[in-house]
Amino acid sequence: MLATLTSRRFLRSALPAISLVMILLPIFYMQPRTMSYFGLNLLLNLAIPIALATMAQMFVLTVNDLDLSIGSYVSLVACIGATWLQQTPLLGVAALLACIVVYGLLGALVHVRNLPSIVVTLGMSFVWLGLAVLLLPTPGGQAPGWIRTVMTLKTPMVPFPILAALLIGVLVHFGLMRSSYGAVLRGAGGNPRAVARAGWSVLRTKVTMYVMAGIFGMLSGLSLVGLTTSADANIALRYTLLSIAGVILGGGEFVGGRVSPIGAVLGTVTLVLAGSFLSFMRISPDWQIGAQGAILIVVLALRALINRRGSTA
Amino acid sequence: MLKKSLISVAAVSAIFMAGAASADTADKRIALSNNYAGNSWRQAMLKSWDKVTGKAVADGIVKEAPAFTTAENQATEQAAQIQNLILQGYDAIVLNAASPTALNGAVKEACSAGVTVVSFDGVVTEPCAWRIAVDFAKMGEVQLDYLAKRMAGGANLLEIRGLAGVFVDDEIHKGIVAGVAKYPQFKIVGSVHGDWAQTVAQKNVAGILPSLPKVDAVVTQGGDGYGAAQAFKAANRPTPLIVMGNRHDELTWWKQQKDANKYETMSVSIAPGVSTLAFWVAQQILDGKPVPKDMIVPFLRIDQENLEQNLANTEPGGVANVEYLQADALKVIASAK
Repeated sequence: MLATLTSRRFLRSALPAISLVMILLPIFYMQPRTMSYFGLNLLLNLAIPIALATMAQMFVLTVNDLDLSIGSYVSLVACIGATWLQQTPLLGVAALLACIVVYGLLGALVHVRNLPSIVVTLGMSFVWLGLAVLLLPTPGGQAPGWIRTVMTLKTPMVPFPILAALLIGVLVHFGLMRSSYGAVLRGAGGNPRAVARAGWSVLRTKVTMYVMAGIFGMLSGLSLVGLTTSADANIALRYTLLSIAGVILGGGEFVGGRVSPIGAVLGTVTLVLAGSFLSFMRISPDWQIGAQGAILIVVLALRALINRRGSTA
Repeated sequence: MLKKSLISVAAVSAIFMAGAASADTADKRIALSNNYAGNSWRQAMLKSWDKVTGKAVADGIVKEAPAFTTAENQATEQAAQIQNLILQGYDAIVLNAASPTALNGAVKEACSAGVTVVSFDGVVTEPCAWRIAVDFAKMGEVQLDYLAKRMAGGANLLEIRGLAGVFVDDEIHKGIVAGVAKYPQFKIVGSVHGDWAQTVAQKNVAGILPSLPKVDAVVTQGGDGYGAAQAFKAANRPTPLIVMGNRHDELTWWKQQKDANKYETMSVSIAPGVSTLAFWVAQQILDGKPVPKDMIVPFLRIDQENLEQNLANTEPGGVANVEYLQADALKVIASAK
């Protein structure tokens, strides 16, 4: 029993949850108000769009690529959500579907032309941002009522953000980690040649993952605009780096194939809470970015420590 | 005995505070939520806030008034910051917003939690918040009003604009155009972008000068007057009347010219101390006073007579500033009604 509890594998997968608790307890202690339904709601609701963006990033990381455009893509979706989707729903839905198709094509382009995904998505980030500025030159717009209703849902007992985070994590976990095609998808990131030899189309797996990223990016944008009520072309630019940090904090790695959906959700929540924690501590803003970075480094150092101990034992 | 005297001291001070119409806010906490601190204007804004609120706390007008700046200038980050401030139980949040719209959700949460939100400079559109807005168009128009008085017969104008594509640049420009329409004796003979920076203004004015007829006056947006003066000097042109923008280098140059050859002009910009005006407005709202939702910030205008006094109060490299008093807030509230 003790052996399982201290095994490398268990520690590794428990690390995101442990970091979350380590940051949540001092928050509860410093600001008891956060322990209520209302408090948890406020503390966590902005984590939902970030968690969805993190999932999108994780799909791309799974096939050993990196998406530097997710932030501006989420911004564009938020702008579409606050304008077309509200005024002419049909056009809005069509535009969102077109965005997802473009994401799929990007996956195909990266694979077929063997281009570095970093370059392609960096280029796309300017395209998405440009479109967002064209659509909404000055901040404004209005979120459709139904999105607002969903995002401000008052669920019984457990606050909505917690339920939503659980749902996202568990859903992706079963799709990616437990299904048979999920294993192929992860394999395409870890060892594409082996997957291709086994008769699977690597092109198809890439396109599938990019499409999934497009879908989750869209959900992220819509949930964000539901929370903010109106949009701004620059609203989510920070999500690009946050989403990468979330995946890595949650146990994912840059090598492809090694990801953990539930860990990534926990990682995101930890990152968001770290911001609140520093704010409750009244750390001066000059130090906050550094402190956030320090939290990341501590968690990653712990992971490296666990890995090393596991390999020498 | 000791207890008794303490009570009487408390009673006496309570009476004094009642005189300042602030006894009701002595236990209130007001937070400043700021999205950016990376230029001299914002630094001065934060410094003014600390100074004025520090005194207000010492005087027992409010319990505390800390300032919070987000680590990055991003709307999502500031939305999270506002939600954290709600959780920390502040009674009012004074807000310089990263986006006029993207914080509306968080502001609405604050309002429904009973928190008073006062936005200034970067204001938010959410109806439940108060707004202390800057009338940038007016800032352009007063320049023409002044010129009309000085040059009744008309004149050729050079317009220096700000950063292309930014809302503020557009608004001030609109005001200047409206002013020219009001006084048709003025003609804009040239227009360049100075990006609110002396070096850029100098370079671009120097570039356009050879193609211009005689320039009698230069209308500006602030941060560009000194550069324009240097460009005219380098081109060996007579120095026109240049409207200044309250920066230290501009005021210094004006003072030198005034002493040397009785040069006359005006200077106009927004004082970074507007954060303290927002503080007093928030305090008044917490005090239960009726305050209209939309107010306009007065400009800080410097004229020939009060140049020396303003220059003395401006730090080298900084912007002329004014810290507002409770009485100023009452005036602004009254004029908005």
